[in-house]
Amino acid sequence: MKYMMLMQFSAAQADFPSIDTWSAEEVAAHLDFMRRTNEELVKSGEFVDGQGLAMPDQAKIVRAGDGGRPVVSDGPFPETKEFLAGWWIVDCETPERVVELAAAVSAAPGPGGRPLNMPIEVRAVMAAPTEEL
Amino acid sequence: MLSRRFGDFEAAEDAVQEALLAAATQWPAEGVPANPRGWLIQVAARRMTEQVRGEQARRRREDLVARRTPDDRRSAPAADEEYAADRDDTLTVLFLACHPSLTPASAIALTLRSVGGLTTAEIAAAFLVPEATMAQRISRAKQRIRASGVPFRMPSEQEWPGRLRSVLHVLYLIFNEGYTGTTGADLHRVELSREAIRLARAVHALLPDDTEVAGLLALMLLIEARRPARTGPSGELVPLAEQDRSRWDGAAIAEGVALITAALSRGAVGPYQLQAAINAVHDEAATVEETDWPQILALYGLLERMSDNPMVTLNRAVAAAMADGPAAGLALLDALESDGRLSGHHRWHATRAHLLEMRGDRAEAAEHYRTAARLTMSLPERRYLIGRAARLAEGTR
Repeated sequence: MKYMMLMQFSAAQADFPSIDTWSAEEVAAHLDFMRRTNEELVKSGEFVDGQGLAMPDQAKIVRAGDGGRPVVSDGPFPETKEFLAGWWIVDCETPERVVELAAAVSAAPGPGGRPLNMPIEVRAVMAAPTEEL
Repeated sequence: MLSRRFGDFEAAEDAVQEALLAAATQWPAEGVPANPRGWLIQVAARRMTEQVRGEQARRRREDLVARRTPDDRRSAPAADEEYAADRDDTLTVLFLACHPSLTPASAIALTLRSVGGLTTAEIAAAFLVPEATMAQRISRAKQRIRASGVPFRMPSEQEWPGRLRSVLHVLYLIFNEGYTGTTGADLHRVELSREAIRLARAVHALLPDDTEVAGLLALMLLIEARRPARTGPSGELVPLAEQDRSRWDGAAIAEGVALITAALSRGAVGPYQLQAAINAVHDEAATVEETDWPQILALYGLLERMSDNPMVTLNRAVAAAMADGPAAGLALLDALESDGRLSGHHRWHATRAHLLEMRGDRAEAAEHYRTAARLTMSLPERRYLIGRAARLAEGTR
């Protein structure tokens, strides 16, 4: 069963300061943790995909306007409460396993090497085999 | 980094290959195995294996031409292919690959790689994961087998039934994985069903007297026969009752019916035979109305006694509704609800919706279709269920 794990950061930086204020060592430790996580997921045969996203300052919100022409608003968006910092798609044998993985990535190191314990949203991918009805 | 990991992986795989090969070479020298029955069957099956191998090789050649596969994709044969084809220990490898110490996903991957005709890249594509991930899954499964110390030989007589059950279960799971629609993106999955049938055929050729093996092969053929009619032009799901039965594969049905008829006449009835028999009854009916529902109901009754699976009861409820009217089916669903094992399952809601629709309770049926649509993990199923709900809502407006 495939699941998406969405790594949410608080836009108000209520839980921990923005990553651009961390020390070089703290950033390196964080990125190293993410790299190792990906490697371990490949080794366990569970990795499908995963990416880190650029900061929300770079984000655009696009809607179709008249005649399908794009209407673009540029970030950052002050009303945003949480933003997506990155995501994984994993292929796990049990729902318990994806919860275990989500908890592990939630504890990625932040300032002072302390675990961030950031919220990880777990969503099932609609990829189950179809039964004949 | 990546190349180092791949270097390690290849070295590891080579080591395992060699170990397996060595074991396979030593095995005949070790004398009469613990299971003389298995041994005799294997000796007797040797000639048939030759035949299967010929078929496998022909199938590969035909596939090559038919699929116009680029040369580079097929030029390097699977490392395992050689020994799988060169010896008649296909069955022994299958017993190992489907070992109960493996999780279903690992057993599926290892089976497809070691006895199937698919490359790691093809298996990865079928399961929509990167090739490196699938390679690791296969490699880990091999390591696990090695670590468990299971010898490379036929299971003993005591182990035989349980181990064969594991093999059949894995083949059934592979078949089911390939069970989705036949739209472009799902072509790799179709290949899984074909591969499962090919493997079941090989096992049946090696163990022609086992009625459950015959039952499983028949079941796969009888379900696969309906594939052309199961999806509409844009990949939408067409339920059994609405399928264009002229599009069913008559040759596959004839083969499946012949297999299950012969198996059932030999006794030792098991769950695969019963499911095959049920599908044979469906496939032999010209229309849904002409289906012998009382017989299907009786077969589900037998299956229920054998398996204690709430899904079987769910299907029995549909058969009961078709044979004796919706009230009989709905009563069974009520009993299932209090049983609790299927609470919150989309199939329970979808079935209830279907039976309520039969009874004419359109609004309540639409509600259950919508609940089922929220709960299913399959996109085509969700689309179908939302469509049913919408159709009922339009009718009541």
